[in-house]
Amino acid sequence: MSWFEKLIPARIRTDAGEKRKVPEGLWHNCASCNSVLYRAELERNLNVCPKCEYHIPIYGRERLGLFLDQDGPQVEIAPDVKPVDVLKFKDTTKYKDRLSAAQKKTDENDALIVMQAEVMKVPLVAAAFDFKFMGGSMGAVVGEKFVRAVDVCIKHRIPLVTFAASGGARMQEALFSLMQMAKTSASIERLRKEKIPFISILTHPTTGGVSASFAMLGDVILAEPRALIGFAGPKVIEQTVRETLPEGFQRSEFLLEHGAIDRIVDRREMRTEVATMLSIFQNLPPVSTEAASIDDVIVPAPDEMPLDMTVEIEVDPDIDFEADAEEKPEAE
Amino acid sequence: MNPDYLDFEQPIAEIEAKINELRYVGDADSVHIAEEIGALEQKSVKLTENIFSKLNAWQISQLARHPSRPYTQDYIENLMTDFHELHGDRAYADDAAIIGGVARYHDKPVMVIGHQKGRDVKERVRRNYGMPRPEGYRKALRLMRLAEQFAMPVITFIDTAGAYPGVGAEERGQSEAIAKNLQVMSGLGVPIIAIVVGEGGSGGALALGVSDHTMMLQYSTYSVISPEGCATILWKSADKASTAAEALGITSQTLLELELVDEVVPEPLGGSHRNPEELFKTLDKSIQMALDRLATMDIETVKEKRYKRLMSYGRFEG
Repeated sequence: MSWFEKLIPARIRTDAGEKRKVPEGLWHNCASCNSVLYRAELERNLNVCPKCEYHIPIYGRERLGLFLDQDGPQVEIAPDVKPVDVLKFKDTTKYKDRLSAAQKKTDENDALIVMQAEVMKVPLVAAAFDFKFMGGSMGAVVGEKFVRAVDVCIKHRIPLVTFAASGGARMQEALFSLMQMAKTSASIERLRKEKIPFISILTHPTTGGVSASFAMLGDVILAEPRALIGFAGPKVIEQTVRETLPEGFQRSEFLLEHGAIDRIVDRREMRTEVATMLSIFQNLPPVSTEAASIDDVIVPAPDEMPLDMTVEIEVDPDIDFEADAEEKPEAE
Repeated sequence: MNPDYLDFEQPIAEIEAKINELRYVGDADSVHIAEEIGALEQKSVKLTENIFSKLNAWQISQLARHPSRPYTQDYIENLMTDFHELHGDRAYADDAAIIGGVARYHDKPVMVIGHQKGRDVKERVRRNYGMPRPEGYRKALRLMRLAEQFAMPVITFIDTAGAYPGVGAEERGQSEAIAKNLQVMSGLGVPIIAIVVGEGGSGGALALGVSDHTMMLQYSTYSVISPEGCATILWKSADKASTAAEALGITSQTLLELELVDEVVPEPLGGSHRNPEELFKTLDKSIQMALDRLATMDIETVKEKRYKRLMSYGRFEG
């Protein structure tokens, strides 16, 4: 410490190293426009970039938290269903260890979370994939929880809403995982016969065995903007056809144009969209859309920060912002 | 190297070559040569038995892809009569990677549908190597609904590396086409028998595979992903395909033990392509038995059982 620093009273004095530390998670770089965003502000905007409308992927419990009425009833369905490693599958890592790591990382038992709850007072069952759990891959637990969700829908005659975010079937469960495609699709057939509506919402990314089963079987299929949605992943297609894929290929807008989905819906409008539509399908009284989408969702208060806290600074263009979302798809 | 024989079969190929050589040079009447040929033939059988008694998963997946193996068309020609191929999905195109139509099976009307690979280069290209596009699955769906309308059992032959991962296939909704088949087949009002005869490649195979009775030929495979694809993703190297094949448990015997398929149909020594006639006879008996058994139940019971079966897939805790 220099003589000059010694002059500064201790309570003002800081170490040089400490000075550079920014509290982790306070700021967020937008993957699309590179704006640096204040996280609390971003969360108030449901993780949609206020600058460019990019929908930052959100998953599982966080997704359901933003979608469901927080002041209404909420019951989690089949929270205790847990995966087992029947095949003792081992690649470079044991499946068992991958499971433990994913469970630790996400604090979930597996990749699907199901809630019986309400959206703008419309009762429903909502299920959301946690992509952070092994790429949202579908194994026996996802299939089983899905079926139990459908069972609750039928029992109470309430609709099903799912948020898909998955690389596909879970390879480590081999043919068991492939069969989950048949299992989930069969249970949608049952829902159809019971005349209970099913809205499938596709979010970034929805590919492989999940897109090729229940996710594409919605009575209505919605998607968030710019989500990657397809059967085969772009890399596999590129290797097969040996040409560069067109801009926007397999994105929500592309699917809408090709007639594969009904509507693209902004995340901030999703609650209103789903609740009003379900009330029509079920012939319920019109939903009150006052104070609808964002404001009745409880999010942490942005402690005393000015409203517009987005700052534009230069960022390294080589950083792979989508790395998190594109992390290892688990199947083709 | 004889291309008709796989790597691990080369010792058999060598003996067979010797036998052919003796037949060619030898005087057919010569007792000595006849004896030698007889001895070599015995040796060939023993060697084949030996090699085939300890095939690993990777070797079996090579057999499942053997270019001389019988394809859907061969099964139809040898097991059915009065086959009328029906074409097109009524919306976009006719996909030659899937064939289907009405036929008689032991005189009774059936709907038969299957993947079709090609024999020569030209046909392979035309049939896209047996990798269907959405219109193939939609044609299959149309035929299954037609079968339901006229109360014909559906028999499917599964033999594909997978659904085609191409730009057009994505544009026309590959995912939806597969998903729709799974949904409709789960509730179809006629019995369905599915037979994996070669490669059962992922969703592209399952889209013809939801059934009341699933059979696998002894040397066929059924998997969520190809061994090569799995090796590339999990081991970061396609060279680990053989290890991946083992880990994925893609063989008929393993899948029977896991209760994911109902029956394994034994193949002739050396595989179906060595003696197709024998295979057709064995398979014929199995199909007949399955159909007869399903015919004793009313269709609601069949559907109920199919649904319960689908719901039973997968193991978990809690």
